[in-house]
Amino acid sequence: MEQRRYRDGVRAIAPVAVAVAGFGVSFGLLARSAGMGRVAPIVMSATTFAGSAQFAAVSLLADGGTVAAAVAAAVLLNARYGPIGVSVAPYLHGSAPSRFLRAQMIVDESWAVAVESDGGFDPRLLVGAGLTIYAAWVAGTAIGVFGAGALGDPATLGLDAAFPALFLALLVPQLKRRRGLAAAIFGAAIALGLTPVAAPGVPILAAGLACLLGVRR
Amino acid sequence: MSSTWLVVALVGAATMAIKSAGPVLLGGRPLPERLASVVELLAPSVLAALVVTQAVGADAGLALNDRLVGLTVAAIALWRRAPVLLVVVLAAGATALVRALG
Repeated sequence: MEQRRYRDGVRAIAPVAVAVAGFGVSFGLLARSAGMGRVAPIVMSATTFAGSAQFAAVSLLADGGTVAAAVAAAVLLNARYGPIGVSVAPYLHGSAPSRFLRAQMIVDESWAVAVESDGGFDPRLLVGAGLTIYAAWVAGTAIGVFGAGALGDPATLGLDAAFPALFLALLVPQLKRRRGLAAAIFGAAIALGLTPVAAPGVPILAAGLACLLGVRR
Repeated sequence: MSSTWLVVALVGAATMAIKSAGPVLLGGRPLPERLASVVELLAPSVLAALVVTQAVGADAGLALNDRLVGLTVAAIALWRRAPVLLVVVLAAGATALVRALG
């Protein structure tokens, strides 16, 4: 039974893992053209494992930005993983090192797959989906670094449209409850309002704050 | 240490710390009731925000683009109760088609 849930996580995320691998290739190409060499981009994908933050940090470096600016942009983009980690925490049992390692498998996609419609989480889905995306991301980066530009731009294949579609599909079951629907509407409105004006990462973090409504019922 | 490796090390350490703070400090036991009622709504609000930013977000500001065609197709497929796999594939396919024609 245990194993089946891990496999469910792999299966749930498989189509998106293809898209993630495509963007891993793009990241590898970008990092290589930014003069990061071959090893550093792969090490970064294997340790940071957060696509948007990696793209932002490397773009900033490539444009002559400072180390501090690159790190600050990445931290801002990843700040949402703070509250997301808290939401998963009650369901991650075991020793502290084991919780630390499994927490590294948190990315938007694996977290979204592990959310259950009653608001709970299945950590086995999180780890199954997370490991699948992790393998796709690191392998994609390596392919990009070693110059497989021939694979082309993932945008040509429409792979960038796979992400909003996945998040929409996983959002739908959350809308059955009135509080969930209200939080979704506020979250979408905040993101829409802030995206044109705020730094990347801020809209999603601010939308997460919409859940503070929960305190007031 | 070159600035490349410094960024790799600092971003990596910061991201690991951010991701694991909750699970390491609060892991394995129920959250206080007030906090739990807040965190419960994180999924719908953040997922909705991700749909918005992933669909219309651009390097600078908002952009109406081909991804919206894919998202519309995804919404129709979801309404017809298609499985998630099909929804994602249809969204990518529709977007690729629009780009090929455009």
